[in-house]
Amino acid sequence: MEWYRIVGSIVTLIGSIFLFLGALGVFRMPDLYNRMQAGTKATTLGTILTLLGIGICHYEWLGQILIIIMFIALTNPISSHALARAAHFRGIPLTKGSVADKLKEKEATEVEVD
Amino acid sequence: MDKILKIMFSTIMFTLFYFIWTGTKDINNLLIMFALSLIVSIIFRNHLRSPIFSPKKIVYSLWYVIFLFIEIIKANIDVAFRVIKPVIRINPGIVTVKTKLKTAMGRMILANSITLTPGTLTVDIKEDTLYIHWIDVTNMDEKAATEKIVASFEKYLEVIFD
Repeated sequence: MEWYRIVGSIVTLIGSIFLFLGALGVFRMPDLYNRMQAGTKATTLGTILTLLGIGICHYEWLGQILIIIMFIALTNPISSHALARAAHFRGIPLTKGSVADKLKEKEATEVEVD
Repeated sequence: MDKILKIMFSTIMFTLFYFIWTGTKDINNLLIMFALSLIVSIIFRNHLRSPIFSPKKIVYSLWYVIFLFIEIIKANIDVAFRVIKPVIRINPGIVTVKTKLKTAMGRMILANSITLTPGTLTVDIKEDTLYIHWIDVTNMDEKAATEKIVASFEKYLEVIFD
């Protein structure tokens, strides 16, 4: 077995561990926003590492893999931001232990002004 | 003159993109793609951004990508440890931070970078105020939160976009 195959396999394994932890986070976190933290972003690194590991195993695919990684890194935060924003405007509350919600305060004052 | 430079730059980028994506070695293939890229670039000539040629900005951009990747790894490990502990220790809340960046592009990259590093999630952005869901609020004060979340990214983005 060539050395780069071993390196690629290890990188892919680490990536899948992060994906697993992301799934576990979705299961264990208390409310939507915290779930999103674990669910959409622990998976960003997981996906990047998994793809990179495949790219190291099959180095002729590395160019394509890098382009896919670029797209994931650009689009993933936008989708999670859109989800969080929509949830907040829909009025989904934060979990009980939350310490602050500045956005809600802002919206409340805006309504009073109107 | 500026417009021609923009069109040439984007044409070359598109062709390069196609070359990396397909890995073709046929020169005719690339020539057809070059012609198509040129047509597309001319159609969208008013929406193109001028390429950055200042070496300082290029160095800072590359350094920013490396810095961001290290931050992502650090923050991911942090969230991973939170998840596997028997009792989840979180202290969530939505805090505000102010950004010094002026350009829309810079602000977008900043918001995306904040979202990419787990533990912080941009919920909304109004003018120069970012509303951030923070998984472990250590300080509710606006200045301190700005210092902790935004400052390290802003240092690079200020040079790149302003």
